[in-house]
Amino acid sequence: MRHLTLFIFLSLISVSLFSQEDLLDLLNKNVEPEINFASATFKSTRIMNGHSVERMPPGQLDFRISHRFGTINSGAYEFFGLDQSNIHFGLEYGILDWLMIGIGRGTYEKTYDAFAKFTILRQSAGARIMPVSVSVLSSVAATSIKWTDPERDNYFSSRLSYVNQILIARKINQSFSVQLSPSFVHRNLVATEFDPNDLWSIGAGGRMKLTKRISLNAEYYYMINSKTNMSREIHDPFSIGFDIETGGHVFQLIFTNSLAMIEKGFIGETTGDWLKGDIHFGFNISRVFTLK
Amino acid sequence: MKRIIIVFTVSFLFLTASAQKFMTQTGNISFFSHTPIEDIKAYNNQVSSILDISTGEIVFQVNIKSFKFEKALMEEHFNENYMESEKYPRSTFKGKILNTESVDFTKTGKYDVKVEGDLEMHGVTNKVTVNGIIEVISGGINAASKFNIVPEDYKINIPGIVRDNIAKTLEVTITVKYTPLASK
Repeated sequence: MRHLTLFIFLSLISVSLFSQEDLLDLLNKNVEPEINFASATFKSTRIMNGHSVERMPPGQLDFRISHRFGTINSGAYEFFGLDQSNIHFGLEYGILDWLMIGIGRGTYEKTYDAFAKFTILRQSAGARIMPVSVSVLSSVAATSIKWTDPERDNYFSSRLSYVNQILIARKINQSFSVQLSPSFVHRNLVATEFDPNDLWSIGAGGRMKLTKRISLNAEYYYMINSKTNMSREIHDPFSIGFDIETGGHVFQLIFTNSLAMIEKGFIGETTGDWLKGDIHFGFNISRVFTLK
Repeated sequence: MKRIIIVFTVSFLFLTASAQKFMTQTGNISFFSHTPIEDIKAYNNQVSSILDISTGEIVFQVNIKSFKFEKALMEEHFNENYMESEKYPRSTFKGKILNTESVDFTKTGKYDVKVEGDLEMHGVTNKVTVNGIIEVISGGINAASKFNIVPEDYKINIPGIVRDNIAKTLEVTITVKYTPLASK
């Protein structure tokens, strides 16, 4: 009899347990957790001048047109710099979901450039936790400007410079992302013996979304080499501006003290001084085409 | 001995109770937007769902980031601008089959059902009623449904610049294949 009571009691418990359990809770208990990758840490493959951790997805072609005007402090005669224009064209393409390549041509020293960007780590939460995304950028640039001294022996290799960067970024929340970019620039030929062939610097950048489609971006590169003895007055590049996204385009409006739009130029050859008003207004336009 | 019998009976009760539930983690959901300018399609094959045939209760859960689009940019905009998937990572449906009495879960065959419940998406919950088909097969249950949703009902704002590219009403298709849920 006692057993029978126990039996009924237990069956009641088991039945009540099941009817009370919420089906959604039960579902969550049985579902294997998935990996949630952080998406769109930055809107574009550039924060401002420098590369962001983002890359083009496979099969997508990015056509980029960038302008930097003259300095704002050049006055009304130069229409605050807008009479002069420096341009950089780029064609960039995602090959694999961890590899993109690009080529470009810029007015500054009539430079051709090419790069490859590799994604090494992807920030994720859920089943696999990874606090940061990491990409590596390798680029090479060749100037084609006329030799300053045509009389001496000039070699093509003297036109080349190389850049390697490790880009480490974290999307902190939906609207705020930060990035650190340790960078190494090697220049085969420099102007004088006071200018180092190897430049070390650390970049820091971030973006803050103001609305769903507009964000405020800023970027700074600190040069570790001493700048005091160089043959030219060199400053650390600082850029601030906005990303404006409209469907397949991203517009970047930018205020910067550097004229060059590739790493070798803005890291090592920025001559503008923010405090004196040597500020270039400019923009980057990115138009993405889906090729496959 | 009697105790052992009790234990067995009780565990048997548990088992029968759980065999009333059917589950899947690999259900399909897709949606389709048609405008004269462009067609947008997205699919997701990681729908999880449980169907309790004893009560007719049915739940669905979808990870928003698992939707795949033809163009990577669309996927980014879907997550970043429209669904805000970092803030609202999941969409759930919790409902009930209204006409369970017309479905014989012991006999193979196709049955038309009407399901009513709460659909939560982008932080907004709406009551919806949809028609579906339940197909009882040996060793499992298949279910399918096709219905329309209006993004505006879920406070998903579509800005003027792309308003002509995205349809006012999206057609959603769900197909799932359930297997009995083993008790854990």
